[in-house]
Amino acid sequence: MQNILNLPPIWYTFAILSVLTLFGALGTIMSKNPVHSVIYLIVTFFSISAHYILLNAQFLAAVNIIVYAGAIMVLFLFVIMFLNMKEEADEMKNNKLVTAAIVTALLLGGILIIFLRRAGKEKVDALGFNSQTGMVEILGQSLYGEYLLPFELISVLFLVAMAGAVMLAKREQGERHF
Amino acid sequence: MGSFVQWLIESMFLWKALIIIVIFAITLAIAAYSTWGERKVAAYIQDRRGPNRAGWGGLLQPLADAGKMFFKEDFIPAQADKWLFILGPCLSMFTALMSSAVVPFGSSFIIGGKEVFVQAIEINIGILYVFGVVSLGVYGVMIGGWASNNKFSLLGAIRAASQNISYELAMGMSIIAILMMSGTLSVREIVLQQHGGNWNIFYQPLGFLIFTICAFAECNRTPFDLPECETELVGGYHTEYSSMKLGFYLFAEYINMFASSAVTACLFFGGYNYPGMDFVERQLISGFGANAGHNVATLIGIGSMFTKILFGIFFFMWVRWTVPRFRYDQLMNLGWKGLIPLAVGNLIITAVAILSGYKLVGIWVGLALMVILISIVWSLRPKKKNAIMGA
Repeated sequence: MQNILNLPPIWYTFAILSVLTLFGALGTIMSKNPVHSVIYLIVTFFSISAHYILLNAQFLAAVNIIVYAGAIMVLFLFVIMFLNMKEEADEMKNNKLVTAAIVTALLLGGILIIFLRRAGKEKVDALGFNSQTGMVEILGQSLYGEYLLPFELISVLFLVAMAGAVMLAKREQGERHF
Repeated sequence: MGSFVQWLIESMFLWKALIIIVIFAITLAIAAYSTWGERKVAAYIQDRRGPNRAGWGGLLQPLADAGKMFFKEDFIPAQADKWLFILGPCLSMFTALMSSAVVPFGSSFIIGGKEVFVQAIEINIGILYVFGVVSLGVYGVMIGGWASNNKFSLLGAIRAASQNISYELAMGMSIIAILMMSGTLSVREIVLQQHGGNWNIFYQPLGFLIFTICAFAECNRTPFDLPECETELVGGYHTEYSSMKLGFYLFAEYINMFASSAVTACLFFGGYNYPGMDFVERQLISGFGANAGHNVATLIGIGSMFTKILFGIFFFMWVRWTVPRFRYDQLMNLGWKGLIPLAVGNLIITAVAILSGYKLVGIWVGLALMVILISIVWSLRPKKKNAIMGA
């Protein structure tokens, strides 16, 4: 008990945020209503952003909120509201889906275990660590310096995906107007 | 315990708390009186008198409205999703109030040898913060509209979502042009760089135009108030709302106007800068001494900032009572086919102008070239045979 009381405030913050994150994640997969699921997922994204801020990665936190909470989840909500799904999905009766879900879960679990084992060995030196690593300036310099080629390649990939999406959505000649 | 009190006094905590509360109060007061101002402006434009019964010149009208809102029946439809129905207006209000947190309303006060910024928080991702909060603003509308379990509300919510996503892109790209010139994400730094009349509006006229149009769309103000278009959707996303929940939605709109005027003032009009501010500060310092003179100069700066904000709010109202509402396909065409290509063009021109070393001249020459190019392409475009409304 004495140990818990003497913890630094940041540990309490971390504990509260972790509980919130898990609450959101569990809510996402356990709620019956898809709209509720999406809202729980937004809660999860927010608490993950808060974790980034705890790690002094402000840029990542802001971008996570802008891109995921601000744009992608709005589109999710948009589509789900349009579909207005009411009846229970009977996806779990489908054998193929169950197999795919199990394989994906095993792969993800494997990756998680590998990373946890590595994280235990390579401890970061707290005194020599540059606390400004997650700030915009340093991140930008490493993205546009050290990692310039992968960065540019990824943006080309995005451009291709965007052009593809526009092509798919384009109304072709003879198709009916909505 | 003693050390904690000591820490409270020595740290900026108390001053920061005070500044946050004052900004909060001023935001609410300005938003409340915007509702009065809106009706007065509307009345003036339509040659009427506007509210003039409650108090002198109708000045107590916002209080009377708030009283009315509170005493109305708070009704929740039977088929509505109760918790989300309550969450909707709360989220709207919450995100609206959050956005002014990084806006520097003034330079700084020197109190007891310490410099206190007139700003709630100074972070080095200020613009990204504003952008993030703005992009969250749509959730209140969407959740409220869906939870009402009403077709009109749902249509309003969906319109709000697609409108916000479409206009966020152009808005972000017009902000990126500013960021390329300033080289920082901190709003205070951007304001400081505009010191001495170097306002960004002179460097980014097209960026300002795009940003303003997008700000109108993000605030759901006429001519982009399609989500609550009463001629098509009864009341849009707030059809089912009554009492103070409706009040929250309407109030959030006015707070958003205040916040976006404040951000516009900071990004394009030099924030708390005004012409001749160095001269005024020197005179004040020689008159009142270093600290008091600086503080009085800061107060004048805050005055100039609020003048800009109030003019911005007036501009919102002026447009609302002048321009008719867009049709929905016009809104989408303007966003995707008009503003986004223009914003990309603006980005390229800005980049070339910065690299050429002649920022001001380069940008204006580039914009002139773009206008010429667009008009040539426009006059050479193939004529459609059955074009609707000459579009």
